[in-house]
Amino acid sequence: MTSRSARAAKTSVAGAVEYDADVLVLGGGPAGTWAAVAAASHGATVVLADKGFCGTSGATAAAGTGIWYVEPDADKREAAMAGREAMGGYLQDRGWMGRVLDRTYQGVNQLADWGYPFPVSEDGRSRRNSLQGPEYMRLMRRRAKQAGVTILDHSPALELLLDDAGAVAGATGLRRQQGDTWVVRAKAVVMATGGCGFLSKTLGSNVLTGDGYLMAAEAGAEFSSMEFSNPYAIAPAFGSVTKTLFYGWATFTHEDGSVVPGAASKGGRSAIARALLQGPVYAKLDKADAATRAAMRHAQPNFFLPHDRTGIDPFEQRFPITLRLEGTIRGTGGLRITAENCATSVTGLFAAGDAATRELICGGFTGGGSHNAAWAMSSGYWSGRAAAVHAHELGAVHARGYSRAGTVGLQQRQHRRYDPAALVNAVQDEVFPYHINYLREGGRLTASLARLDALWRGVAGADAADNATVRRTRESAAMLATARWMYRSALARTESRGMHRRDDFPRQDEAQRRYITSGGLDETWIAFRAAPALPLLEAAE
Amino acid sequence: MIEVIADERCTSCNICVTVCPTNVFDKMSEGIPVIARQGDCQTCFMCELYCPEDALFVSPFADTPREIDVKAIKTNGLLGSYRRAVGWTEQTRALRSVDRTYLLLGG
Repeated sequence: MTSRSARAAKTSVAGAVEYDADVLVLGGGPAGTWAAVAAASHGATVVLADKGFCGTSGATAAAGTGIWYVEPDADKREAAMAGREAMGGYLQDRGWMGRVLDRTYQGVNQLADWGYPFPVSEDGRSRRNSLQGPEYMRLMRRRAKQAGVTILDHSPALELLLDDAGAVAGATGLRRQQGDTWVVRAKAVVMATGGCGFLSKTLGSNVLTGDGYLMAAEAGAEFSSMEFSNPYAIAPAFGSVTKTLFYGWATFTHEDGSVVPGAASKGGRSAIARALLQGPVYAKLDKADAATRAAMRHAQPNFFLPHDRTGIDPFEQRFPITLRLEGTIRGTGGLRITAENCATSVTGLFAAGDAATRELICGGFTGGGSHNAAWAMSSGYWSGRAAAVHAHELGAVHARGYSRAGTVGLQQRQHRRYDPAALVNAVQDEVFPYHINYLREGGRLTASLARLDALWRGVAGADAADNATVRRTRESAAMLATARWMYRSALARTESRGMHRRDDFPRQDEAQRRYITSGGLDETWIAFRAAPALPLLEAAE
Repeated sequence: MIEVIADERCTSCNICVTVCPTNVFDKMSEGIPVIARQGDCQTCFMCELYCPEDALFVSPFADTPREIDVKAIKTNGLLGSYRRAVGWTEQTRALRSVDRTYLLLGG
């Protein structure tokens, strides 16, 4: 085993930089940095490649998030687990919830030891159920560097490498600011590339285009719960800042000032979607008292940037809002996890954070950022440690053969290259509209999926993109692939459960309390898996 | 979207070029960096937080470029306002640990 301070070996060849490492982590958000730190502290040499800048990149860095931090008290833990089981459609796994609560408690306390400035309340207690994204991710970058991790910034991965047996053995990508490419040969890869937000401009999420899903699918990976992929966040109509919690104190009105019936941030967001199909909707945070207003200012300063910079007092004046799709970022679908160490269905590939399914702790409905943050921290830690163990068990890998797994946009083919911007628009036209993705119905989903499948046939045979367009080419293809697994799965769930609501099947059907696995590129497929046993004394709906 | 690099404040440290997660800026061989790909800006405000000189201004309009009155945002305190609010300046360091989310979550 390599020593803790050992770094990945670097070689330079014309037009490319190459590394040999034990573990490659793709993505530098919370899941990726926890994975990198865990792998390094278990003796692995680690390279972390981020599409943007590790520390500012992704949904967490730009925002603030609650975190599912619950003291190890039996009653509190029971309440934390039971509290959202009905909302998630009883698809959670109690064993995983308990593990994540334990791991998150340790991880958050570790952050405090590392110097994260948790607030102290008037009673003198350190309050640890919320993280400020910029502060958190700046700290995690520093910890990764201190652990000896080699960080490649502005280095989006394009495709995985496979060994002769089909195990994942590294990846290649671009170095945008150097204008060249990178290759990392690794004994294990952690996919921590986040979810897919379809370039909707929900805060910090435009780097999250499902790239890791596409790469993993090309290596044969499976997905799960992809039908739970349609959360929409409330934002000012003109802006990017999504902080749905605060809209719990809002009154929502139509253009004429009348209140939108049934509209609420929690439990009434579909009423907002229906109203937005008719015309503009406005919000005013007039239910917040003075103390709440002050707490909001100090809880999430960035929430007020759109208002302060346009001269709106959000507590006294109404402002137009919209719903921005958060896709699988706040959905619960992603790479299927096959073991407690966050292995996927492909040897050598582990998954963490939003790249992985969060069904195990969230079922079919996210607990907001809180559960996702806990999952990122926990799955990051486990996947990093498991990748280090896997690398150690593999030992020396002389004479290992490598092949590139990438397909669409990367191979010489007969047909013309496609325009990634046009493809992005075409995919957004299928996944943004509330009447297709939010308020679902079989006929509309079937028609949309047919259009998406036709788009795929159009791009699958396209010739390799050049260096200037390959990143966008791959991003748009990843969005397209993600949308197809989403709707293929959504059509197979002929009921309403979790965030998946079908106009044509408005009820939850006990016979469908099961997971939906999906996958495939040229031909997509789905299959069913049994859900975990219901907890004792819990009656399903 | 990012709109302003205030040239008399910018020291060409190029931190913004490094930290922007969507690679919007370009370093120049001479002079201050430029906003090279404004359309790629995701309005995440991170460049403002990392700018040690409060030289950057991100307009809250995520989809459309806007004219900014640079003189006005200097005098009304908007330049650097986000960095001060999160406690990333010397004078406001105490604000780093002022998160009151626990009051809102009722925990």
